[in-house]
Amino acid sequence: MSERIAVRKTYKLFIGGKFPRSESGRSYLVQSANVSLASRKDARDAVVAARAAVKGWAGATAYNRGQILYRVAEMLEGRREQFMALGVPADEVDAATDRWVWYAGWSDKLPQVYGGANPVAGPYFNLSAPEPTGVVAVVAPETPALLGLVSVIAPAIVTGNTVVVAASPTAPLAAVTLAEVLATSDLPGGVVNILTGRLSETVPTLAAHMDVNAIDLTGVTDPELAADLEVKAAENLKRVLRPVPVDHDWSADPGLGRMTALLETKTVWHPKGV
Amino acid sequence: MFEYAPAPESRSVVDIKPSYGLFIDGAFVDPADGGSFKSINPASEEVLSEVAEGGPQDVDRAVRAARKAYEKVWGPMPGRDRAKYLYRIARIIQERSRELAVLESLDNGKPIKESRDVDLPLAAAHFFYYAGWADKLNHAGFGANPRPLGVAAQVIPWNFPLLMLAWKIAPALAAGNTVVLKPAETTPLTALLFAEICQQAELPAGVVNIVTGAGETGRALVEHDGVDKVAFTGSTDVGRAIARAVAGSRKKLTLELGGKAANIVFDDAPVDQAVEGIVNGIFFNQGHVCCAGSRLLVQESVAEQVLESLKRRMAQLRVGDPLDKNTDIGAINSAAQLARIRELTEAGAAEGAQQWSPSCELPERGFWFAPTIFTGVTQAHRIAREEIFGPVLSVLTFRTPAEAVEKANNTPYGLSAGIWTEKGSRILWTADRLRAGVVWANTFNKFDPTSPFGGYKESGYGREGGRHGLEAYLNV
Repeated sequence: MSERIAVRKTYKLFIGGKFPRSESGRSYLVQSANVSLASRKDARDAVVAARAAVKGWAGATAYNRGQILYRVAEMLEGRREQFMALGVPADEVDAATDRWVWYAGWSDKLPQVYGGANPVAGPYFNLSAPEPTGVVAVVAPETPALLGLVSVIAPAIVTGNTVVVAASPTAPLAAVTLAEVLATSDLPGGVVNILTGRLSETVPTLAAHMDVNAIDLTGVTDPELAADLEVKAAENLKRVLRPVPVDHDWSADPGLGRMTALLETKTVWHPKGV
Repeated sequence: MFEYAPAPESRSVVDIKPSYGLFIDGAFVDPADGGSFKSINPASEEVLSEVAEGGPQDVDRAVRAARKAYEKVWGPMPGRDRAKYLYRIARIIQERSRELAVLESLDNGKPIKESRDVDLPLAAAHFFYYAGWADKLNHAGFGANPRPLGVAAQVIPWNFPLLMLAWKIAPALAAGNTVVLKPAETTPLTALLFAEICQQAELPAGVVNIVTGAGETGRALVEHDGVDKVAFTGSTDVGRAIARAVAGSRKKLTLELGGKAANIVFDDAPVDQAVEGIVNGIFFNQGHVCCAGSRLLVQESVAEQVLESLKRRMAQLRVGDPLDKNTDIGAINSAAQLARIRELTEAGAAEGAQQWSPSCELPERGFWFAPTIFTGVTQAHRIAREEIFGPVLSVLTFRTPAEAVEKANNTPYGLSAGIWTEKGSRILWTADRLRAGVVWANTFNKFDPTSPFGGYKESGYGREGGRHGLEAYLNV
């Protein structure tokens, strides 16, 4: 009996809940797989998808968002072997799964921890509550391939933002496989969009895009590129998260900073009276 | 209108020096290059004082003084001791509030009843509030032992000179930073009096430095390598330029920029209250307010009634001498700002909107602009899109709540908004959908040190006030 011929996977982009090839028809070779080489047009399409998803996702209840993030952890747990086959160490897959669980629980707690009643000196009801900033462009860290990616996506979306992620150019297979996890977790299409390819092609487009509200430069390692992207981001005053050092410890307690940096605080006043 | 006898506040309570130096390292010093500029009273064009113009060398000296004070004195000082200095400052502001209020009205042109009843009490309250945080930072929700950033460069506008100084300096010092602050060039005098208050409070030298000057001085300050934090309040264009200037640096940036707030009046709103809110929203401080309710969105079915009431109320507004306690609307802050207001109102008329002002006599000298409304405004008009920063209201109408929200959010700004309706669920529904940092429902232009203030979108980022306001000055 002859050996079975394996069915290979096509690694494509993840935009609006679908898996299209790059509109440019290009790909590049990583770990013997042809990975889509996203174009500027793909980046713009991803922003359109992310914007379209904002209303539903930001408007979903915190309980609902929390359950969906927890569902992502469930799906990831079940695909442990698949990520290991891509070279992601077992403990990294576990840590990434646990990170989804950790952030899932924040959805209905952060507004209480980060907002609340303000004791103003007058007869007014006054309440501050966080709201998502909108569409966030994210440059994922180069490594660790899975934990790094999860650690930048989960804090952005748990509060109701939608994201366009430029995946690590050298480790895109884990990113596309994570997209498959997301696609089967009841996450509405467009909440997470993932672009593979060269950062130099997609990220400047995202940084300059007038319908993007914030940019997370975590994975940018070239200081000059980071400065240039920040200059582009200033055009519509995007909220900017600056790059983190390449030796950043992704297994450490993430704290609240990645969530709060992508939130707006809205304060509502109303007089008290009869 | 009733005739009122003049009721001017005496200016003898304040002693304005003929000239002021820069306040660096605890003392007033001459600028390195000897430049100066005049600060005038916008209500009379009288020169109030000559003020030093800080150049790059002066900025450098101030930043070094702030660094030294941060490393040697203020950084290592226990929070409880920083708190005591801030409490002292709050008390001195209260004790000298009459003097500060008169000086503010002289230099800025705002009515004395506003500087006396709004600016001064809020400035003192801000120091008092943040004083209490200085020894409680571990409990502020940023984890254990949050660290200050270092030296903060702060550039503030001319519309609320002392209050904006308080919003900047109080949280910075409470968190353990030292500051170099540049007041606006048209309104430096209360900041210089504040420098004297720092001396009176025996605040250690270098903790607060005040470098007066214009845009170039501000640029030198925010671009200085020795600065760890930049905080700016002012126009969106300058905010953008600052965001570019600090790109790629370690400097943490917070921006509080322009606005074009919608003040939404639904058909069930109590008309008299709403009209008071509309007047307060746009004519408070001559409309020199970033969160001013400069776009009135009124439901079509009540538009006629609301406008009639509004015009009747506007006819009662008293425009004139800022030091007169009866004055509702004072002077426009500068000739340049007056020119800007004129340019935009001319564009409003040219684009087809209908302009209306009550008949009111404006003083001959000084910079004045009558309270004005435009009706028949469309969303495409410049007066509906650009920040006028003056006593000019653009009136638009809507039919459904969804249309109101759509129009309210149709702006690159997102600082504030107003909602007038008797229906609670409609308030909350609308507030949820407005993309604005502060939403006033059945009220407008309320401020408090405990209440975070700041914008969405191109109105900037970061919050001032409340626990949130500490974040801008901590390494978190």
